[in-house]
Amino acid sequence: MISIKNVTKVYSNNFYALSNISLDIKRGEIFALLGPNGAGKTTLISCICGLIKQTKGLIKVSNFDTLKDYRKTRSLIGLVPQEFPLDSYESVLNTVNFSRGLFGLKPDDKYIKNVIQSLKLWDKKNSSIITLSGGMKRRVLIAKALSHNPKILFLDEPTSGVDIQLRKEMWDMILQLKQSGVTVILTTHYIKEAETIADRIGIIDKGELILVENKENLINKFGNKSIIIEFGKKIYEIPDKIKDFDCFITNDNLCLVIKKLKNNQDINITNVIKIISKLKIPVIDIKTEESSLEDIFLDIISERVKGEL
Amino acid sequence: MNFNSIKAIYKFEMARALRTIMQSILAPVLSTSLYFIVFGAAIGTKISTIDNVSYGAFIVPGLIMLSIMTTSVNFAAFGIYLPKYNGSIFEIMSAPISAYEIVIGYAGAAVSKSLLISVLILFTSTIFVDFYIKHPLLMLFLLILISITFSLFGFIVGIWATNFEKLQLIPLLIITPLVFLGGSFYSVEMLPELWQFVSKFNPIFYVINGFRWSFFGTADIAIITSLSFITIFLLICLIIIGLIFKTGYRIKG
Repeated sequence: MISIKNVTKVYSNNFYALSNISLDIKRGEIFALLGPNGAGKTTLISCICGLIKQTKGLIKVSNFDTLKDYRKTRSLIGLVPQEFPLDSYESVLNTVNFSRGLFGLKPDDKYIKNVIQSLKLWDKKNSSIITLSGGMKRRVLIAKALSHNPKILFLDEPTSGVDIQLRKEMWDMILQLKQSGVTVILTTHYIKEAETIADRIGIIDKGELILVENKENLINKFGNKSIIIEFGKKIYEIPDKIKDFDCFITNDNLCLVIKKLKNNQDINITNVIKIISKLKIPVIDIKTEESSLEDIFLDIISERVKGEL
Repeated sequence: MNFNSIKAIYKFEMARALRTIMQSILAPVLSTSLYFIVFGAAIGTKISTIDNVSYGAFIVPGLIMLSIMTTSVNFAAFGIYLPKYNGSIFEIMSAPISAYEIVIGYAGAAVSKSLLISVLILFTSTIFVDFYIKHPLLMLFLLILISITFSLFGFIVGIWATNFEKLQLIPLLIITPLVFLGGSFYSVEMLPELWQFVSKFNPIFYVINGFRWSFFGTADIAIITSLSFITIFLLICLIIIGLIFKTGYRIKG
């Protein structure tokens, strides 16, 4: 659906916002682009949408060049920006209708009503934007982006500043869009969001796309599992048979944490229990913890900072 | 040509004017009417005729020009500056619309609004002074041409401006003084020779006199000179706008 080949964006001060990015996004998938602030997420989206012209490289949307065939590519794309760039004194209905017209389509009251209703804004259709809450403004932006029935939807930090209830509603809406065949590309700082709804994850840092993986593969490949043993009295030394493992005693000296890679078969709970039971120290609890996507993301970025990746 | 997109921008801009009708439409009509009362009805009665035209009638084209130039520049400049200011320009720049369609939408709305004001002023002036229009079709043509030219100029100002102060700088500190010194209220022949010479370096002088010629068939310069100046200014504006969109100056990264 989207093909990005060797895209580089260099600003006049010789700052490389994007460095030789290549990426293919499949039709109908939800692709999450993760990265720290200033990593180049918004720049990449802006290049695809035509807001910024790349210095080098080729971007194709549905096999159309975004520069040469910009009318065709842009008509396929809806963009929800990070901020709230709205005309404060315009009504919800007018601003959504304006977006549809801007994308070259004739008015369609029924379609626009459906879009606004699906975003639970219909009772606010005649309200000025300035009177709406942050969450409502975010939904207005989504309604504007959907007003021309796009095949690709870009969501730049879609749930920043929205409450938990609305966030979950937005996730449901994104999943519904996916079911209807829309390709969704989202950037987010909220990694739980990517973990919950994305099919594939891309990690971008300092303008470089450092990783693209299927979500499950990413968690399996880079994720860790920890076994946490809580003792009934303080321990001060790691038992000999466990010392070889990657483990540590917590600061309160009451827990032993054994870290393991998910596919490492040498450590399993049965073995650990056998070893611990021989220590004759009362055990209160044994539990396991799995890395979240957030842990993986932070590990990858911090390893990159250390120059280890 | 993407007519639906142009129509969307045009309608959006016109709706903004209707929302602020007191400020955008009625205020310029009222302030120009005050000029007629002060200069036409009060002071004008003490001034003799100019080229056999009463002073009150003489200032009608000048006042219409004062209005159309300032409103065209202001409307077009505000029209494109506000989306830049509130960030909503992202939507225009990511829409399947060409640079010239964007210009037609914004400048077209500015032209419509300034023409509406000019027509209102023209009708209002008949309350205060008696005048005639010798070449009405030429007058209408010039009115539209000048409005288009200054709307394009306003569009450039709106793109160039990075804050509200800059947005007001050119209309208030350049256009208005040049209109006042370009013969809106007097014939240059009434000035000392030195100032007559200086006036010829004021481009607005040629615009006002061309428009005045369409009213009375007489002016300080020939109509063809006037038309040439306006056309050159129009072409310069079109070239600058073309360069703006080609380079993405202050609208694209």
